[in-house]
Amino acid sequence: MKPILELRKINFSYHTPAGETRALSDITLALAPGEFASVVGPSGCGKSTLLSLIAGLIKPESGEILLNGSPLTENSSNIGYMLQHDHLFEWRSVYRNVLLGLEIRGKLDAASKKKASQMLEQYGLGQFANVRPSQLSGGMRQRAALIRTLILDPELLLLDEPFSALDYQTRLTVSDDIGQIIRRSGKTALLVTHDLSEAVSLADRVFVLSRRPATVSRIVQVTFPPKSNTPLQRRNAPEFKNYFNEIWKELNRHE
Amino acid sequence: MNKISSGQEQYLKRIRIRRISILLARILILVLFLFLWEFCADREIIDSFIFSSPSRITLCFLEMVQDRSIFLHIGVTLYETIASFLLVTLFSILAAVLLWCSRRLSEILEPYLVVLNSLPKSALAPLLIVWLGATPKTIIVAGMSVAIFGSIMSLYTSFTTVDSEKIKLIYTLHGNRRHALTKVVLPSSVPAVISNMKVNIGLCLVGVVIGEFLAARNGLGYLIIYSSQVFKMNWLLMSIVLLCIMAMGLYAVIGAIEKICKKRV
Repeated sequence: MKPILELRKINFSYHTPAGETRALSDITLALAPGEFASVVGPSGCGKSTLLSLIAGLIKPESGEILLNGSPLTENSSNIGYMLQHDHLFEWRSVYRNVLLGLEIRGKLDAASKKKASQMLEQYGLGQFANVRPSQLSGGMRQRAALIRTLILDPELLLLDEPFSALDYQTRLTVSDDIGQIIRRSGKTALLVTHDLSEAVSLADRVFVLSRRPATVSRIVQVTFPPKSNTPLQRRNAPEFKNYFNEIWKELNRHE
Repeated sequence: MNKISSGQEQYLKRIRIRRISILLARILILVLFLFLWEFCADREIIDSFIFSSPSRITLCFLEMVQDRSIFLHIGVTLYETIASFLLVTLFSILAAVLLWCSRRLSEILEPYLVVLNSLPKSALAPLLIVWLGATPKTIIVAGMSVAIFGSIMSLYTSFTTVDSEKIKLIYTLHGNRRHALTKVVLPSSVPAVISNMKVNIGLCLVGVVIGEFLAARNGLGYLIIYSSQVFKMNWLLMSIVLLCIMAMGLYAVIGAIEKICKKRV
């Protein structure tokens, strides 16, 4: 199958007056349509940089990023990006927060407004449409942020540690919840995380990055039997700890 | 919700008593001060020609109300203060937006803003009179000059300290810098703008009074200078009291605007 996203020999460095920091070195990876992939790596290895590059927020110093076979150009592609925090604006109601992306793209019309209401309803936020974000729980906020991204109907979803700001218990339920929503929507997703169990519980494939300058040191294919394939069920499946250990060993090989 | 437990009731009562006692203490201080002043002036412990007294000030005020001259002075000062305040608010928001839009421009202009802000603005007033003449326009500009540079700097600072991740969010939704300004920077700076307005209204009043000291035929500042020259201490102290009340009133108006904004958010 033709990959939806392809990275070819991506290099990137950060420049400061004090010197240069090489963040990414010869990163090559490809995602198939509908795939849920995860990127793990030691902290500060440039995981988030990778997402910023794919989203077109920064440009690689060398290498190519192909989306559906053609080079990535600014604003041409439809990529959804979920940041570490939900960043819902307190000066807007939940409903108007969800509309933010549509407003920016000039796609706000009766049909898209109706879709927003439907999605809020569908994801259990219907009765909270007109309240301020501060009145929502952490999990509901994350859902609202997901709707804000999904309403633009992105082909590719980038998730930058979207659960890391939540407390542990909420985190398990929210990642289960959001993971299933993304699965059902059939979108291609790339999740960056430092939490190995999160990566194994959510992804079909895990890309393990080495320390800086990061390169893909291993790709782990993750498969679970269909009857235990939600993130929470996966955590209890016997295969879980095998995958976890495999990735753990790979990460520590570089220490 | 309807049934209040006795513990809650006692708690509410304590709060109420506390609030009332604070209010009473405040009033008591004022009454005591006025009484002491009046008493000392009456018994000639202090020289009432120099220190005046609350009753003389009140009488003087009533006289000027009767011949209607006080309304002109209050009106002129109020008009000049509000005009300079509105202009400062408008221009400082525009300037801060401009500086935010061009990082390079703000870096180039920074030392000039710092110098202009730390310059004692009263030094500018004589210059303004020579340039613009002794008109209300000059006094409005004098009022603006006190507040505007500090206002630009504090607004610009609050614009630049907006959470950069929120701006990143705008870019991830494929927005541009204009969207970052209108969707994030301006709405999140509303509290900063209002607290800036609270500072500015006081500074504008200071500037206007300085301007009136030097170049006015009307206004409370003029009244203060004139009465000090002819030794009419009743007029002078009355003008100061009126300025106090005016400052309180203007501040209260902005406080009310703040409340409305908070309710809407």
